[in-house]
Amino acid sequence: MAITMAQAINAALRDAMEADDRVLIFGEDVGRLGGVFRVTDGLQATFGEERCFDTPLAESGIIGTAIGLAMYGFRPVPEMQFDGFTYPAFEQIVSHLAKMPNRSRGTVKLPVTVRIPYGGGIGAVEHHSESPEAYWAHTAGLKVMTPGTPEDGYAMMREAIAMDDPVIFLEPKRRYWMKSDAELPITTQPAREAVVRREGTDVSVFCYGPMVRTALEAADAAADEGWSLEVVDLRSLSPLDTATMVASVERTGRAIVVHEAAMTLGMGAEIAARIQERAFYHLEAPVLRATGYDTPYPPAKLEEFWLPDVDRILDMVERSMSY
Amino acid sequence: MADHAIDPRSLLPPDEPVHLLDPDGTLHEDDDHPLELDDEQLRELYRFMVVTRKVDREAINLQRQGQLGVYASCMGQEAAQVGSAYALAEDDWIFPSYRELGAALVRKVDAAGLLHLYRGTWLSDHDPYAHNFALMSIPIGTQALHATGLAMGAQRDGNAIAVITYFGDGGTSEGDPHEAMTFAGVMRSPVIFFVQNNQYAISVPLEKQTAAPTLAHKAVGYGMPGYRVDGNDVLATYAVTKRAVERARRGEGPAFIEAMTYRMEAHTTSDDPSRYRTQEELDEAAKTDPIARMRNLLTQRDLYDEELEQAIDEQAKETAAYVRAGIYDASHGDPLELFEHVYVDPTGHFEDQREQLRAELASSADGDGEEVA
Repeated sequence: MAITMAQAINAALRDAMEADDRVLIFGEDVGRLGGVFRVTDGLQATFGEERCFDTPLAESGIIGTAIGLAMYGFRPVPEMQFDGFTYPAFEQIVSHLAKMPNRSRGTVKLPVTVRIPYGGGIGAVEHHSESPEAYWAHTAGLKVMTPGTPEDGYAMMREAIAMDDPVIFLEPKRRYWMKSDAELPITTQPAREAVVRREGTDVSVFCYGPMVRTALEAADAAADEGWSLEVVDLRSLSPLDTATMVASVERTGRAIVVHEAAMTLGMGAEIAARIQERAFYHLEAPVLRATGYDTPYPPAKLEEFWLPDVDRILDMVERSMSY
Repeated sequence: MADHAIDPRSLLPPDEPVHLLDPDGTLHEDDDHPLELDDEQLRELYRFMVVTRKVDREAINLQRQGQLGVYASCMGQEAAQVGSAYALAEDDWIFPSYRELGAALVRKVDAAGLLHLYRGTWLSDHDPYAHNFALMSIPIGTQALHATGLAMGAQRDGNAIAVITYFGDGGTSEGDPHEAMTFAGVMRSPVIFFVQNNQYAISVPLEKQTAAPTLAHKAVGYGMPGYRVDGNDVLATYAVTKRAVERARRGEGPAFIEAMTYRMEAHTTSDDPSRYRTQEELDEAAKTDPIARMRNLLTQRDLYDEELEQAIDEQAKETAAYVRAGIYDASHGDPLELFEHVYVDPTGHFEDQREQLRAELASSADGDGEEVA
């Protein structure tokens, strides 16, 4: 029976709660309603209000209390309802969640997994389609993961919850309904390892989260043009699997980074820097980026012009191949 | 869940702060705030305040000698801190801001360890779990949420402890204490929100901080009782906090305490308070000194004599000397420790940077023979 990414993440939360009674799920509307995307559906019914509960509408409060719960010995999995509403919690995430273990010389551990549905493509109103991953990846002390497949939605969530480091878990909301025939539970590669989703010989395409499927579609289309794309799903944005990226570029000699987030100082900038540092002599062309534009996220009717898609990726492939 | 049938008038603070001990040492017993302290405990409260003031002064001196980068004094607030912390049991938790030396000493936290934050040798140097005393928190009011979260954890664990968090009058304007009190109110969490109203947020006086009748009135909006107490009266502070703590431990939910006090020193050693307050105001505040009035009480009760004075003085000096010894010229330690505690499970690029620093240290040691640690 096929499952969606949302169902796979739901199953991961359920199995994690089953496996460890210190796992707590909380946030806005995650209890009775089961979350606005139904990712926490049924958890309160199964595990009760003590372990899956609705909080007041206050994002800083959700993360700040998660820190206190973790200090007590729980393994909190708080939800930020939407990417654009994480900003009230920015201080708690950056100043405490990320820094307190270090500040305490390791005596305080904060095994908190912050779930954030992110990215665009669903025709939402303003503040519901943002890609804030670079803020978190820029912050020492956090791990940042984002699944591109339902299988990873399950396996990486289990891994994140089991980790003793704080994790920002970015769920690509436009892929919540993406289906797979995978049987759960499933184990995939450790999140720190990037995975080559499709092997190719001409250009390496580095992508993550919602853009994994887009990049695979671009690879299909590129094949019709006679270009062979290697699609690498990064999965973990902090840490980044530099070795897998470099190995891919050593094979292809060309690299394109794809992400929804705006270009300037996005993940693409860091990836391009690492590739040129470590694979300079293998490069046949500059590292190029197919990303969102450096504008605020557009209104719903304009997002198709803003988001990177197959055509934008192919334009970059053509440019890369022209060197 | 919050009890919406609650009569809001029952949550209102008293017209006047609870006050038990006059500056001349006269004690007004109050059935609503029983003290139940024996002579030894009265002496102990006094001793904690004297030691706090001495160590506080030592820290200021260390800063002036270039040994601390900065220091935030708690002078004048000893009773508010000692009285409230003394009302807690050992398994209760404290979430301080950065000015709670007095509370830390009651908890027997290593004072020299605390001051490493101000020396810059490390960001903290005490184990929060050893004394149930969380790390000092610099971003204003943010610790109120950690306190609430920990209290929520205790509730889920069936562990009847209380958690106290300290912040100041300025902190009541921040969002995080507001969110913390909202959460604690809704979840009936055992948290005491203890505000030391020392009249100033750096230079900004209380009347520019809030239009509320008193800070304690804010409690009503969160569905918890607002208490007000003379924060320079160690016995009143103890009694009011104890009542709130017992209530919390019984599962009756959070409380808000506004302790009226006065910051006798600058905000920090980097501050110049002469730009915003007068000597007359300071002289007036000095008349309500928390330590003098407790000594007056002890003297009246024949609990204070030269022997006690000497013993306390000795202990204060010893603690101050211990702090000085722990801080003076303290080494920053191994720079590679910068990478030690960032992740439980570090990987990749992070390890490369650690190696880069290791190589830099090795080459500077080889190159000019300088000590690096």
